[in-house]
Amino acid sequence: MSIILGLAMGLLLGAAGLALTRVALGPTNLDRALCLDVIIVIITGILATQIVRTEDASSLPILVVFSLTGFVGSVSVARFMGRKEDPE
Amino acid sequence: MSWTALLDIAGALSLLLGALLAFIGAVGLVRLPDLFARMHSATKPQTLGLLLILLGLALTVRTWGAVATLLIVIGAQGLTAPVAAHMLGRAGYRSGTTEDDLLHIDELGEAYRRMQR
Repeated sequence: MSIILGLAMGLLLGAAGLALTRVALGPTNLDRALCLDVIIVIITGILATQIVRTEDASSLPILVVFSLTGFVGSVSVARFMGRKEDPE
Repeated sequence: MSWTALLDIAGALSLLLGALLAFIGAVGLVRLPDLFARMHSATKPQTLGLLLILLGLALTVRTWGAVATLLIVIGAQGLTAPVAAHMLGRAGYRSGTTEDDLLHIDELGEAYRRMQR
């Protein structure tokens, strides 16, 4: 049981590390925005795993906040990049 | 074996599967060549992976309040992930930073060039 949860936590942390690698490499800002979006989802998963591990459900509302506001960053970056190149 | 232990194990396995999907998606993020391929690898495993993780959480916590909260999270994720992916893809195509020779079919290019004239 705790082995499975530890393995899941390790996989999620590895995924966050790989996504951060792409944030550092990423040729354009759009790649970085995409990867930050993914990192927010991974953080949500890490919080959920931690709730299961500690059996303390008091941080459930944080998951709602993350899922509702996580996409704002990438959308605003996308708008900014698109607007700059528009021939107007 | 009692039902609660069985549900706990099912929840932990579902959580592990979701974490595995998130990891595969992150590997795809590092390895794939351009923005559209990376979006492919970012949105789908992340959405299904998060769904599995939250299913595992619901199977473990087992209260109606927690299940309602998790339904809100799943609904919000299902609504916002396509919006973010669409905006990123649109901006990426328009700013011309993606490599055109990696596209097999370019259905948008014709209409876009016509609109610009």
